[in-house]
Amino acid sequence: MQTLVAFADLIVFAVLLLVGYGVGRIAEKAHYASIRKREKLFERVTVFSCRFPPTVSQPYQASLVCGSVVVSQDYFKAVAAGLYSIFGGRVRSYESLLDRARRESVLRMKHAALRKGASMIINVKFQTAQVPGRGVGAVELVAYGTALRPVA
Amino acid sequence: MILTNIEVIPGKRVVRHLGLVQGSTVRAKNVGRDIMASLKNIVGGELKGYTELLNEAREEATERMVRQAQAAGANAVLNVRFSTSSITQGAAELFAYGTAVVVE
Repeated sequence: MQTLVAFADLIVFAVLLLVGYGVGRIAEKAHYASIRKREKLFERVTVFSCRFPPTVSQPYQASLVCGSVVVSQDYFKAVAAGLYSIFGGRVRSYESLLDRARRESVLRMKHAALRKGASMIINVKFQTAQVPGRGVGAVELVAYGTALRPVA
Repeated sequence: MILTNIEVIPGKRVVRHLGLVQGSTVRAKNVGRDIMASLKNIVGGELKGYTELLNEAREEATERMVRQAQAAGANAVLNVRFSTSSITQGAAELFAYGTAVVVE
């Protein structure tokens, strides 16, 4: 019992690490599956980062669309990133987190465009902002652009 | 009111430029959400409460910008940009700005 108390900190750390790894991994897999599915579904909305549509002669109705998501790291990713920061190199645990979040924000923007009957989004801009808070590691990813609905 | 983040509105001609319009809002999150978020930090994933909060704030900033444009007599805002900055530990400012114009 006494040894258990002595190592309480370590045990809490190990449990958090395991829970973070397990749940975070399952959630990440599920999220990637859902992203791939919706990316297929929203395929007909084309997204451009250029300022003008490819066919200028076609008349369009324009409106601003936006998609955003706030994601947080899990405990395992945070610890892994801490280790990476000692040795340097690619922080893979955060790369996948940001990739997921950015794709999610694009999907939400596309969804907003589809609801407006648009077929393309031009001049897409990305923005990343850190969410302030005590001990909260979270970032907001925003994608926005001009949705164009072809008018006959 | 038409909003775009390009310099023109496809198929429409700008008749008059009315200058810069802007809208901003500063939002703080409540402690409950902070606690939930720090719990969520263990397992990771989306913080839905924050997503909603920031979305609402962005909409409000946009709305304020639109109201300013309407007051100036505009019917469209071009080249809209968003920016987010954290003021202090608990609050963030969301800012939207653009150029108010009259289109035909």
